[in-house]
Amino acid sequence: MDAKISGIMFEEMAKKPAVWLSGEGVNSQVVLSSRVRLARNIANTPFPARSDSDVKERIISFVKTAVEKSPELSRGTFLSCSQLDDLDRSFLVERHLVSVEFTACHDFSALLIGEEENVSVMVNEEDHLRIQALVSGLEIREAFRLADHVDDELSKSLQFAFDSSFGYLTSCPTNTGTGMRASVLIHLPGLALTREIEKVISQISKLGLVVRGFYGEGSDVWGNLFQVSNQTTLGRSEEDIVESLERVTQQIIEYEENARKRLFNEAKDQIEDKIWRAYGILRYARALTSEEVLNMLSAIRLGMGMGVITTVSLSQINEVLALSQPAHLQKYFKKRMEPGERDRVRAELVRSKLGD
Amino acid sequence: MLCQDCGKKEAVVHLTQVINDEKLILNLCRECAEKRGFRNPLEGVPFPLAEFLASMLSQTQTQMPDKQSNLVCSACGMSFTDFTQSGRLGCGNCYLTFRSQMDDLLRKIHGSTQHRGKFPQATGDVMKPLREERKLQEELKKAIEEEDFEKAAQIRDKLKTLTKKI
Repeated sequence: MDAKISGIMFEEMAKKPAVWLSGEGVNSQVVLSSRVRLARNIANTPFPARSDSDVKERIISFVKTAVEKSPELSRGTFLSCSQLDDLDRSFLVERHLVSVEFTACHDFSALLIGEEENVSVMVNEEDHLRIQALVSGLEIREAFRLADHVDDELSKSLQFAFDSSFGYLTSCPTNTGTGMRASVLIHLPGLALTREIEKVISQISKLGLVVRGFYGEGSDVWGNLFQVSNQTTLGRSEEDIVESLERVTQQIIEYEENARKRLFNEAKDQIEDKIWRAYGILRYARALTSEEVLNMLSAIRLGMGMGVITTVSLSQINEVLALSQPAHLQKYFKKRMEPGERDRVRAELVRSKLGD
Repeated sequence: MLCQDCGKKEAVVHLTQVINDEKLILNLCRECAEKRGFRNPLEGVPFPLAEFLASMLSQTQTQMPDKQSNLVCSACGMSFTDFTQSGRLGCGNCYLTFRSQMDDLLRKIHGSTQHRGKFPQATGDVMKPLREERKLQEELKKAIEEEDFEKAAQIRDKLKTLTKKI
């Protein structure tokens, strides 16, 4: 598949909702998506950082063969990094299909995108393979089941570097063992507004999990979106990790709901004002940055959750959020745009999607 | 208490490292801690793990006998010193070459050095008895916890037979 075709493929993809924004899963108002990532390396071969281009090419061809042997995986799309231009790569990051690290890839990395777009495999990122499953809503177990299945399919033809004490061997020792990073993407405007988020973060870190802002850090977290994930990967079973993340996420949802109740009881007028102002800006602004859209949509999502706004649907705000991202915007309109033009086009798109 | 690195600012970051029975205590101000690669995870700044590891490892380095730091992996040529600088291993065999250091490091990072998760599927012949062994060990532990000592004895015998085979 040549570069032009993959470019077109992404233009088509831009019209469909991304898995993390499909709003279909359980609790997807608060928990947007669940993700499980497994790190694997092929046995008896140097890890990517220590491999020259010949080795890397061999790895790609081993993986490609393994994919072709699997009736299921072969229905996905296998792309070489050289087929992806900078816009394609940004698009894939926005889709949560690849990591930011992957965008620095060169000819000797590759990517498999599953048919349903809920599974992807990066080849020659930090490890030979990074298997990822992404599911809408709070569905960590399902994400694990999908990733685990891809792992099993691939291990029918590939032998993975493994030690019975240390588990799956990875490039960075922080991933050794299960090689598994399970995470949820969660919207916490209540906790952010009541400034309780720091307390929650420190509590969670005592449980072997870590919370960080998804876009941005510290007090500058865009859209009040946070990621909760496990910190350790060795010494616990995959089942344990899934179960503890699930439990803690349920707890966080409860804290968030309580924070929102308190806000509603104690500061109803201010909150409603904030929500409706955000709505006003999105409906009438003539230029919008993606940061602004993220932040305004956070207020609207909160408004919907609290019953303040009822004229907008979850799928509408998810669609706006998806398409307002820089690469998505350009893929959707099928042309490259400078930031200034993007801001105007974005505002126009938002007005048309939210208007009547 | 003043920072032990710059001697000027108040020490607010207190770290205790225990390496091979030796305790190393660091009392640093924010800036010097950051310079050394320690950052406050609660700030939501992504933990620069490679740097953190490298700095932890280089502390280990200065306290270890020379012969250990000259270890080199026969498969990929990575030396332990290389690893301490990059925080990344070269290949699977590095884990075996630097086994005792990896034991220490993994215990520090994960609080454990024993994998309790999945074993690879289809590497059949080699993996199957290892999986069996691990399964029996878990069953034995459970039987003891449940005080079903007859069952525990049976499992223990099964394990003995299996271990002879491996």
